[in-house]
Amino acid sequence: MTTIAPRPAAAAESGGHPAPPLDPPRTLSTPRLASGAGALRALALACRECDAAFEAGPIAICENCLAPVEPVYDPDRSLPDRDAIASRPTSLWRYREWLPFTGTPTLSLDSGWTPLVEAPALARALGVERAWVKNDSVSHPSLSFKDRVVAMAINAARAFGLDTLACASTGNLANAVAAHAARAGVPAWIFIPHDLELGKVIGTLVFGARVVRVRGTYDDVNRLCAQIADRFGWGIANVNLRSYYGEGSKTVAFEIVEQLGWRFPTAVVAPMAGGSLVTKLRKGFAEFRGAGLAAGGPLPRLYGAQAAGCGPIARLVQSRGDRLVPEVPNTIARSLAIGNPADGSLAARTIHETGGWAAAVSDEAIVRGIRVLAETTGIFTETAGGTTVAAALELARSGRLAPSDEVVLCITGHGLKTVEAVAPTLTDTPTIGPRVREVEALVREI
Amino acid sequence: MPITIHLPNVLAKLADGQRTVEADGATVGAAVGEVSARFPALRPRLVDDAGNPYPFVTYYLNDEDIRFTGGFDALVRDGDEVTVVPAVAGG
Repeated sequence: MTTIAPRPAAAAESGGHPAPPLDPPRTLSTPRLASGAGALRALALACRECDAAFEAGPIAICENCLAPVEPVYDPDRSLPDRDAIASRPTSLWRYREWLPFTGTPTLSLDSGWTPLVEAPALARALGVERAWVKNDSVSHPSLSFKDRVVAMAINAARAFGLDTLACASTGNLANAVAAHAARAGVPAWIFIPHDLELGKVIGTLVFGARVVRVRGTYDDVNRLCAQIADRFGWGIANVNLRSYYGEGSKTVAFEIVEQLGWRFPTAVVAPMAGGSLVTKLRKGFAEFRGAGLAAGGPLPRLYGAQAAGCGPIARLVQSRGDRLVPEVPNTIARSLAIGNPADGSLAARTIHETGGWAAAVSDEAIVRGIRVLAETTGIFTETAGGTTVAAALELARSGRLAPSDEVVLCITGHGLKTVEAVAPTLTDTPTIGPRVREVEALVREI
Repeated sequence: MPITIHLPNVLAKLADGQRTVEADGATVGAAVGEVSARFPALRPRLVDDAGNPYPFVTYYLNDEDIRFTGGFDALVRDGDEVTVVPAVAGG
């Protein structure tokens, strides 16, 4: 593991010398991901703002206006019905017609299809009709919803013949990229903030990834990776592969609809870091509505959850403003600690358009949220999940959730990744000798 | 004495293939404006119709996000470096 400062441009380009000739992202001499690419092809792209069209490739921004680009789906493509989808293997690829490829993906075929767990005790705590947990804390292989997006990124990398997978990460993406790359047999470069939680660092290193700690916040890491995106022929999952990567988040919405019996809940609460998940949830719900796969009712109201110590999107929602004000993160919810969220403004607009709202909760509330979820559902989540639960409780308390609501909480990562957050709040464990009378004494104390 | 502006790769072709250009000006906004005058095709990519930065493009002055330091009004000194980064990543 290496620690560096986030100054590649200054180091590489200072002195006023013209940069080397610009090359498109390239395939290195031994493109390991390219072998066996088969018929898999990534979709072409178009700018979200100015509609400029681009061929399929590892690009994330429009060269006309620098806005994000997104895959373009053939509106006339053949779509499966409910029975056809239900007969397919239980992975996110059962929704392949809504994912940004044609042909057959060959990597990360088992991600997705996590449990949707009904949570009656949590519903009572929220004061709503019914509640479910979309439990991506047991996502495979890396125990967070980032497995979904990395399944897209690694197949895009294969389609483009890129030989190395990389990412800028607050932790969960690091785990996912390292795990997916390891089982695909390709090298991974992972850039993380220097002070990331130990569980997330170990959960990356164990897969043999090259992990680089960057002195600074996630936003510094993000900037660094944006600057190096097309220098080394890498596929950087959430940078130059982001157009494809982000589409994997839609499968959370698809699964919720199918697992509820092909219908919408009335509300969904999801954590917000870069803001992408909320926007992709809405896109996924809308696509299933458009395909006639989801019965009745309006699209779910979407609610965003952030930490008070890093809540730029929540504050934008609450102010009803149109320009996000970046923040310097200061929260235990490290996986949400993005002060300059790329999709923040779009996420806020999406939330308003669905009739939802957002909450930013204290670190103490986040820890309580972890405990509430564990004690009411048996699900142990990390700080992002605690943020989601705490925000849902706050939204319920403030009347944003109604007694008639059917609410899904998106729990996006496992609690063993961030044990530091909750450990100080747990009661000490007694230590006894192997004697019955000592157990009897403990039982009498209760 | 000029400052240095680092452009994203996709914009370099609009600046004669350079990813790094020198610029003059007392503020970040003035320097960006001066570069935009020399490379007119860059202007609509760097600023909106009102001359303000786009919300999805971040300017860093010596590694500091200028939104924390005065935006386009942030003062620059000789030798400073401005880096233009499209907002692309989430964690």
